[in-house]
Amino acid sequence: MEQVIANGLYLGAQYALIALGLTLIFALMNVLNFAHGQMYVLGGFVTYTIYGQLGLPFVLALACSALTLAIVGALVEKFLFRPVIKRSAREESTMLLAAAIAFLMDAIILILFGEKQRGVPKIINGVFVSDSLVMPYDRILVGVIAIAMIASFMAYMQYSRTGRAMRALAQDRVAAQLMGVNVDRYSMIGFALGALLAGVVGGLLVTITGVNSGIGGPISIKAFLMVMIGGAGVVGGAIAGGFILGMMESVGLNVLREFGDVTYLVIFVLLMVFLSLRPNGLMGKPWG
Amino acid sequence: MTNATKLLLAAACVLFLLVGVPALIAATGRNDLYYTLTSVALLSIISGGVWLTFYIGRINIGQGAFALLGGYVSAVLVTAYGISFWLTLPVAGLVCALASVLIGLPILRLRGVYFAMVTLTLTEVMRLLALAVPITNGAKGIVSIPLPGGVSLFGLTLIPDFATLENPRLAFYLASVVLMVLCFGALYRLVHSRIGHICLSLQQNEELASSIGVNIASIRVLAYAISSFLGGLGGAMFAAISQSIYPSSFTVADSVNFMLNCFLGGLHYVLGPILGTFALYFGWDLLFQTGVYQLLIFSSALIVLMLVLPNGLLSLRLPRKKGA
Repeated sequence: MEQVIANGLYLGAQYALIALGLTLIFALMNVLNFAHGQMYVLGGFVTYTIYGQLGLPFVLALACSALTLAIVGALVEKFLFRPVIKRSAREESTMLLAAAIAFLMDAIILILFGEKQRGVPKIINGVFVSDSLVMPYDRILVGVIAIAMIASFMAYMQYSRTGRAMRALAQDRVAAQLMGVNVDRYSMIGFALGALLAGVVGGLLVTITGVNSGIGGPISIKAFLMVMIGGAGVVGGAIAGGFILGMMESVGLNVLREFGDVTYLVIFVLLMVFLSLRPNGLMGKPWG
Repeated sequence: MTNATKLLLAAACVLFLLVGVPALIAATGRNDLYYTLTSVALLSIISGGVWLTFYIGRINIGQGAFALLGGYVSAVLVTAYGISFWLTLPVAGLVCALASVLIGLPILRLRGVYFAMVTLTLTEVMRLLALAVPITNGAKGIVSIPLPGGVSLFGLTLIPDFATLENPRLAFYLASVVLMVLCFGALYRLVHSRIGHICLSLQQNEELASSIGVNIASIRVLAYAISSFLGGLGGAMFAAISQSIYPSSFTVADSVNFMLNCFLGGLHYVLGPILGTFALYFGWDLLFQTGVYQLLIFSSALIVLMLVLPNGLLSLRLPRKKGA
């Protein structure tokens, strides 16, 4: 049982980090970022190239993943989302754009990195063994880094000037603008930050599960699930959703083992029931 | 345009699709186009369903689930019970409609991105269900489904047995076009009826509609059921044409594509899904020669299109509205 909980926590920390980026982008711009999973994959491949291929230190690779994705996110916001949001009659049009960007990133990743499953050498060797728990050290490290990232993200949003501006923007765009917040600039920073988080998780997880160009879509779906559980556009909700999904996956894989591959089916059905009772998720604002 | 000219125009289009296109294909000898055009017709039926949910103000990314369900219902009925395909076609639609009522009652309370995300996961649920349930034969799918048989009434052959035809592709094309015309005719009537206007009021403001006595819960379930009916119909026909169905026949990417078809055609026009499907499917097909760059060019074109025409292809002819 301890093993299941430890696995759940470790998965949950990664998931929460993915969901945080998605929910941040949603809260700031009301955009459902379909390309989030692809951003994760790109982050994974950047780390793979720098750490796995070139043999440079892992920390540097992770920083490069973060930087690349932040730049990609900022450019996507400035040159794609901003003009479309300004000109389209219905806000759903951004979904088409987001889907097209997801396709584009899929194509670019496929051309640049090929379709093979890629892995990198372990960052630390060895396994932690106790009476009831077996956990490789690299998983523990990745889990700890993820939790540290979540904590620093929350502190950044809470105490820094930029974070405060972004929270104001999420609460009420017009009011924030009237108070002198540069809406365009902070939307861009927010999008870059969201993409950065996706890239960091990609970089972290490539050391454990590896990465291949096809997993972007499924990762996006998982991110959507977490955001739905916690409530769209709420930081606390995304973290809760991430840990809940991680825990459910871990417990489900353990309990439902003999029924075959039905864990996600069960999770989906539970989600439907949950959402019919509580349409806004755990802590979402009404009607997102 | 008066009603009479509209009707004439529509009749001319239908005539062209049923007679003109086969004649052109026969003249040029491009028999492979039948399959492409049939797919466009069927995909636009499925997208038409998505369009209707857009019409009541919901973003539906779960149509793939119902297309898959419809395909499986028809395939199972034909292969396991030997029922005529033409009978399973409406049954598949009705099963989907029924399922969508059950699913729709809780989830239609959601709005905006919440509904979009739930429907997106719905496609994944259906795929996993198809993998897990024994009757669907798991990942191997149902293959070698017999071609649709004939239908005769009082000795008069209404639909010939497809297996005996020398060109079943043409038959499938004609059947799909007829189905498409019927579906979009019905959709057009629906949108321009009283219910259609109520749907529009739902799109604009549900609370207001509710406050003047519209039963919004039942209207949106009805619209969703019709939408899923169309999805099931298209899926069943697709299974018959490809003579096979797998859990991966309709995936999340397909669901997203159905939504894109609607967006691309423009959400204010009943015929938008047909145009959108045509443009997307043919665009994708034309780019086949470019190999690895297919997806790259395709998605770049989509992005450019969104930047230039954020409100869909059919919005071209509209005079530019203020702030639009």
